[in-house]
Amino acid sequence: MTDAVMNAGAMAFRADGSNGARKGAQVNRLDGGLINGARKLGFTFDGTRYEGHEGDTLASALLANGVRLMGRSFKYHRPRGVLTSGSEEPNALVELRSGGRQEPNTRATVAELYDGLEANSQNRWPSLQHDFMAINDRFSNFLTAGFYYKTFMWPAAFWEKVYEPIIRKAAGLGSISFEADPDAYDKGFLHCDLLVIGAGPTGLMAALTAGRAGAQVIIADEDFLLGGRLNAETFGIGDLTGAAWGAQVQAELAAMPNVRVMPRTTIIGAFDHGIYGAVERVADHVLAPEAGKPRQILWRIYSKRAMLAAGATERPIAFENNDRPGVMLAGAVRAYANRWAVTPDQTVAVFTNNDDGHRTAADLIAKGVKVTAVIDTRTDAPKVEGAELLAGARVIDTKGRLGLEVAQVRLADGTTRDVPCGALAVSGGWNPNVHLTCHQRGRPAWREDIAAFVPAGELPQNMSVAGAANGDFSTAAALRAGAEGAVAALSELGIEAKASDLPEAEDAPVNVTPFWYVKEGKGRAWLDQQNDVTVKDVKLAHQENFRSVEHLKRYTTLGMATDQGKTSNMGGLAIMAELAGKQIPEVGTTMFRPPYTPVSFGVMAGRSVGEEFRPTRKTPSHKWAEEQGAVFVEVGQWLRAQWFPKAGETHWRQSVDREVLQTRNSVGICDVTTLGKIDVQGKDAAEFLNMMYANAFAKLPVGKVRYGLMLREDGIAYDDGTAARFAEDHFVVTTTTANAVLVYRNMEFARQCLFPDMDVQLISTTEAWAQFAVAGPNARKLLQKVVDPEFDISNEAFPFMGCGEVTVAGGCRARLFRISFSGELAYEIAVPTRYGDAMIRKLMEAGEEFGAVPYGTEALGVMRIEKGHAAGNELNGTTSALNLGMGRMVSKKKDCIGNVLSERPGMNQDDALKLVGFRPVNAGDPVQAGAHLMNADGEVSAATDQGYITSAAYSPVLGCSIGIGFLKRGDARLGEVIRAVNPLEGKETRVEVVSAHFVDPEGERLRG
Amino acid sequence: MIINHPILGPRDSQEFTYLGDASLIDRPDWQAEDAADQFHDYLYLRDNPAGEHRELWFHEQGDRSWLVVTRNTVTHEILTVELARDVARARGRSK
Repeated sequence: MTDAVMNAGAMAFRADGSNGARKGAQVNRLDGGLINGARKLGFTFDGTRYEGHEGDTLASALLANGVRLMGRSFKYHRPRGVLTSGSEEPNALVELRSGGRQEPNTRATVAELYDGLEANSQNRWPSLQHDFMAINDRFSNFLTAGFYYKTFMWPAAFWEKVYEPIIRKAAGLGSISFEADPDAYDKGFLHCDLLVIGAGPTGLMAALTAGRAGAQVIIADEDFLLGGRLNAETFGIGDLTGAAWGAQVQAELAAMPNVRVMPRTTIIGAFDHGIYGAVERVADHVLAPEAGKPRQILWRIYSKRAMLAAGATERPIAFENNDRPGVMLAGAVRAYANRWAVTPDQTVAVFTNNDDGHRTAADLIAKGVKVTAVIDTRTDAPKVEGAELLAGARVIDTKGRLGLEVAQVRLADGTTRDVPCGALAVSGGWNPNVHLTCHQRGRPAWREDIAAFVPAGELPQNMSVAGAANGDFSTAAALRAGAEGAVAALSELGIEAKASDLPEAEDAPVNVTPFWYVKEGKGRAWLDQQNDVTVKDVKLAHQENFRSVEHLKRYTTLGMATDQGKTSNMGGLAIMAELAGKQIPEVGTTMFRPPYTPVSFGVMAGRSVGEEFRPTRKTPSHKWAEEQGAVFVEVGQWLRAQWFPKAGETHWRQSVDREVLQTRNSVGICDVTTLGKIDVQGKDAAEFLNMMYANAFAKLPVGKVRYGLMLREDGIAYDDGTAARFAEDHFVVTTTTANAVLVYRNMEFARQCLFPDMDVQLISTTEAWAQFAVAGPNARKLLQKVVDPEFDISNEAFPFMGCGEVTVAGGCRARLFRISFSGELAYEIAVPTRYGDAMIRKLMEAGEEFGAVPYGTEALGVMRIEKGHAAGNELNGTTSALNLGMGRMVSKKKDCIGNVLSERPGMNQDDALKLVGFRPVNAGDPVQAGAHLMNADGEVSAATDQGYITSAAYSPVLGCSIGIGFLKRGDARLGEVIRAVNPLEGKETRVEVVSAHFVDPEGERLRG
Repeated sequence: MIINHPILGPRDSQEFTYLGDASLIDRPDWQAEDAADQFHDYLYLRDNPAGEHRELWFHEQGDRSWLVVTRNTVTHEILTVELARDVARARGRSK
């Protein structure tokens, strides 16, 4: 609704015929236009203050103030002005705003003016007028197509350190402030029957037809003012001006509850199954977003049908020095005059190969701008009222410092004439905007009658194309195509729509004679102004046999800039066709990919920034751990306590050593909630787990826990954990923290795809239970104070690897498992998650008399290395059960995932790696994880490699550094002294091969 | 992409995890004489058709169904969507 109100307001000043724009500093401001002359907006460009009006773009306001020079080119730093009036702009790239809101490489042509807008030119030093790097232009002979490939070949080491930094500094990219963007970006989802892409005459008519039929419609346009070319032209629709008709339709659409009108919204890509990406610029046209509002929104639009009504883009003609500020597209010059009441200069000439260019002359003359000549390449060009026609002529060069002053024209009779002009309006014809039709499999086809490519081939599913985007250039044809296209699209959905009486509109035929470039002249004629590609570069590519359009593109970089060559590709491939002696359709065209126009990283990231980059999972004891001053570590998405520093401890090792020793001497408590938990129930649960684990589970008694190893189907071990049998048909499985999701996925795969008739159900209960390890000689005594007295957890009643359901703290349900990762007498106790915080406090309180310590992941890691337990470092995707020393565990009597392929000879050789432990020969030497193992003597090489160390830690129990790892025939080499080498750091440590079970190898503590 | 889930209706492919060729359902018999060869082919040999492809998708962010989706790999057109369990049964798998 707000748009309708806004537009009704805009209508008001159009109706009275005068917008009140004062001429003053705005030397090139004309009368009329669709700007609000009553509302002045102040802005700066390169620090100079200017004024414009509401409704201006940065480009139109700069032109109004007589500023033609807006940027420097990418490679040669040539002075450049604005070429277009839309999102296809290659030249006028500027930095908007400053600080955290600074945004480089934005197009001045679509930057909506607001009061206080701050804009700066880029790619120039020290100033836009005096650019030191313009020296590149003098060396242009060395910087032609392919210069990267030819010039920077040698020496290779120079690329990263010398060439690349210099090129990056010199090449035309804007800068960023390196400050954090203070604004929010959002993502959203929309659904509709019909998505209309583009709100020119075609799109508006389509949306109106569909909206009146009651369909759910979204109409999106990148512009802030809907109407497309209707706002840039003078011809009317029915009794209204084109712009007024557009505003009227928009108002009607805005009043329909089933229609969503989305100005400032670019459809950036056509994806599978009718899904479109759209970027809505919610607050780019104001100083700062309103509180709580995002700057931009990335929409994902699910459409049942879509109509591409994206219009057409004018293409230039290439001639020598056609990049001088003031040389513009004819349609753009006309748009600036009619919509923004601006002329780039008071004297303008027109250069065209088609009738459409003549409209620019007529409109400018009507606005009182002097048109010095209409230069038409056609000898049979139509007459022009009020300006001299030079038929069969062409512009061969331009002159002027930092801007156009004279166009040099070769007349039909071969003589040359200088035409004075501050702006040259060039038209080489129009290209339908086929881009979105190519985002999947569309391959445009050449239409000779309009000398342009039109959508063809396989369009994105359920997309239709109408109007100028389809090659129907007249307004009447556009209105008809829009209405009929909407009726056809909706009828496929069973929605009846009527193409109501279409208003009268111009129906001019397309009269164009292809003319791509002027052959005269030895200088450079520019095709791709953003990437500085000239006609010569195309000739060079042809000469060096880069002749397919795809090679041409990559060799010259034609069309590879941020504008994707919207104004330049056509010219380049037409010239290549000519050089190769082919027809344009034979040469074909390159493809367009999403996004249609550049998209900011901010809106792609949306809310996923900083701490919200991904979800953070906190353990049930997190708050308590924070109170203890714990240091946390990220483990996947989880935050786990790493250690708990105490007053006076200045190094993490002090905390970790204390936690380890106190656990081994008395008792320690660790939150192990992050381990994956899967509840497995059903008559076939035991049989199912037998398939999942390498070792046997079918005969596990109720009330017992068993360690289990899981293999991939290729025989490699990938996860381990425990399964506890609570009933004949009920197991509780634990997985490692890292593989919780994967194990569950694989188990569901087996359940549904491999054994569909097994009676077994799975549910992930990782987050349902808070689980704590209680380890150390006093673990049982501590737990006896917490577990309710009716449950006997004595060694006899609740032995090692026992499990059962108990209650704690006077009736709270809990599960108790007597399992140990640390090697100590240990239990894990689980309570419903909501009691997790209470449970840790209860355990710590009960443990006070034993000096119980909380321990973090570091101490956990040290203790499991001391005990020789495998973890992620050992289950590293290359190791088998045999390598892990569990070869005999793999049951040969039953099938299981990975069973057959674990028997492969290659994985069972005599010199297979075996998990063993390592102690330094000199107790003070560190053992490094990642170090490779070499025999005591001999060369250090990959060929003599004996294995590697996977995990290492300082063991406070042994008073030295220890490690575990894989050594060839390791189990047969205990006692041997070998070397652990680290060639990267030049380190070599002599280590003794020992059992991986450094602490309590007989397992007496576990069972005590 | 949109996958028309047989139970839940059309769902965005973002909700799913892709696994691969639906032939993974046909896990060989471990006791077969040439079990090692069969498992080798099962695990490592895949057709890579430009065209119709039957493949496994897991509705991980949804109801946890494994689905067999028949998709044209060239156009991404989805022709049929079945519950993998039904497909597995139809191919003779049971317990």
